[in-house]
Amino acid sequence: MKIKNIFLATTVAAATLWSTTAMAATEIQWWHAFTGRLGTLLAEQVDKFNASQSNYVVVGSHKGNYSETLNAGIAAFRAGEQPHILMVFEVGTATMMGAKGAIKPVYEVMAEGGAPFDPDGYLGPVKGYYTTTDGKMLSLPYNSSTPVLYVNKDALKSAGLDPAMDLSTWEMVGGALDKLKASGHKCPLTTAWQSWVHLENFSAWHNQAFATKDNGFADLSTELSFNGPAQVKHIQQMGDWAKDGKFVYFGRRNEGGANFRAGECAFFTESSAGYAGVKKEAKFEFEIRPLPYWSDVAGAPQNTIIGGSSLWVMAGKTDDEYKGVSQFLSFLSSSDIQAKWHQNTGYLPITIAASEQTKAEGFYDKNPGTDIAIMQMTGKAPTANSKGLRLGSFDQIRGLIDEELEAVWSGDKTAQVALDSAVERGNRLLRRFEKANK
Amino acid sequence: MEKRVTFKGWLLPVMLLGPQMVITIVFFFLPAGQAIYQSAFIPDPFGLKTLYVGFENFEFLFTDPYYLASFRTTAIFSGLVTLVSMGVALWLALMADRIIKGSSVYRTLLVWPYAVAPAIAGVLWLFMFNPNVGLVSWYLEQVGYRWNHVLNDAEAMGLVVVASSWGRISYNFLFFLAGLQAIPKSVIEAAAIDGAHFWKRFWTIVFPLLSPTTFFLLVVNIVYAFFETFGVIHTITSGGPKQATTILVYKVYSDGFVGQDLGSSAAQSVVLLFVVGVLTVIQFRYIERKVHY
Repeated sequence: MKIKNIFLATTVAAATLWSTTAMAATEIQWWHAFTGRLGTLLAEQVDKFNASQSNYVVVGSHKGNYSETLNAGIAAFRAGEQPHILMVFEVGTATMMGAKGAIKPVYEVMAEGGAPFDPDGYLGPVKGYYTTTDGKMLSLPYNSSTPVLYVNKDALKSAGLDPAMDLSTWEMVGGALDKLKASGHKCPLTTAWQSWVHLENFSAWHNQAFATKDNGFADLSTELSFNGPAQVKHIQQMGDWAKDGKFVYFGRRNEGGANFRAGECAFFTESSAGYAGVKKEAKFEFEIRPLPYWSDVAGAPQNTIIGGSSLWVMAGKTDDEYKGVSQFLSFLSSSDIQAKWHQNTGYLPITIAASEQTKAEGFYDKNPGTDIAIMQMTGKAPTANSKGLRLGSFDQIRGLIDEELEAVWSGDKTAQVALDSAVERGNRLLRRFEKANK
Repeated sequence: MEKRVTFKGWLLPVMLLGPQMVITIVFFFLPAGQAIYQSAFIPDPFGLKTLYVGFENFEFLFTDPYYLASFRTTAIFSGLVTLVSMGVALWLALMADRIIKGSSVYRTLLVWPYAVAPAIAGVLWLFMFNPNVGLVSWYLEQVGYRWNHVLNDAEAMGLVVVASSWGRISYNFLFFLAGLQAIPKSVIEAAAIDGAHFWKRFWTIVFPLLSPTTFFLLVVNIVYAFFETFGVIHTITSGGPKQATTILVYKVYSDGFVGQDLGSSAAQSVVLLFVVGVLTVIQFRYIERKVHY
């Protein structure tokens, strides 16, 4: 009896194996950097695509954080075993663009694959980050967010402030910080991703150049220029607030998020994608406000820029595989998928259709503040200073900006000295990158 | 008559030496040669094209004041790690050598931390001292001290030194204990009869007799502090605040694997290779003379 069972099981197993090999679908490898909830949502998208057709099977693999995923992709390319699709964070954009023989631009993949795809359906500032100056889309925007101001309304109330007060400018926020400090609050303001929020987005939001040559879009010979008067004034102000205990620094990434969600901090500048986490954990009333600006800077507020990742198609695969990739990318950019992603994660709806659909479904009415990020990005047509950033070695440059900002927060350097030094050190790296990619 | 043991023929010696030679060549000489070769180029990350630049990678490094500052950081860090891990280990070994009851339990417990990988050790210490949720930092705050190693250089350095030394203490402890037990009891007893108290005996007899062990550990620990502490730095501070804990080997990693600047990373490896080579020569030429075997 037992032996018979085993025999039966083996036959069934063998048969299943046989049938899968017989109808083997073309496999599409997708390397990504998402775990936890984002990873689950990503896997759902993959499953949905795989179930929707039978010619291709997309296989998603997690390869570590953004830097590690990029490294894994690079190492794999060197070994000739690159995936079809690689998730690369926005800072890696210039690196990928420079690698002409290693990638296949998305506009080419889509044109050859023939799947429906409308690059004009993407929000301008999102698309702008990943397209050439003549409008060709090189990588597919995947997850994009922009920094906003999170407000702990209970903290404002207990400091005797009106939680509905106008917080659109830094002058107003500064006034609130004074009150909070005076009332004995331990953490009036904190931030995540200091370089991204307080220099990169700050520059775009105030229509100041972060780097010359259209922030690097126009030419590799770009030089950093974020040591201008507006940026210096802001960083000096943040440094002064840090000295007075009004701005508290917890780390280079989003360490401060834990403190805000625990109710310890009153204001928190962080990515709009932090919304889901705050909503889940915060046991206080909170609200999302647009990122503040300095009212004395002409042209502010302009628009903010994005952070997040895009999907790059790697070179060296067969035509059939590229056809599958184009179908998958087309599927990902459909408005149903995008609207769901936006609503579940707090990332921006990267297509206009997804944004419209979300609005029509009444999501913004039920979740006030989730549309602020979109308005902030699309309020004005982007200028050369607010289209995005395209700088080589940008991961390293962010690292050295972090170092210099820490010197300001700890009082070792003035903002002017620190930013001058960051610009000088960053330019050295840009020249090296230019040389290597000419 | 020839006193040395000699081999007849060459097959056996080659076979005996072969495996070690192969390992050394494959894992040490080839990568080192590769690093020296690569340091003369600026390659793009994907290996599509490389640009020959001669010594420019080195010039780039040595005109960077932050790279030069990293030497000082490395010297302080390695010095402290070696001092702390050897000092504490010697003290513990001395104490463990004296007790009779339950000594095996004591010894076993002291050896355990060595089994913890550096990255894990880093995370453990980070959890204890995390300014937000750390237990130790919470207690410190209760007594009025605001611990914040994300902005305070000295605290950050202290933390990575302690975290790097912790697991190493076990390793050093084992060697020191073995060294202590190899010292003939008769010598110590003779000194005791002559009236030398514990510390006198330690400085005049035990410590000199222990010098081969100490010397070996000194070399090994400096090499450890230079190369193997990467995981601890990576998990606790990522080189910050500012560049307060960016040691040379961490910079090799961050420039090479985060920054994709393989040329500079290779040049830094060559510099590091040179520095450790020089240090080892100094140790063997000058310090070893003071060692009594």
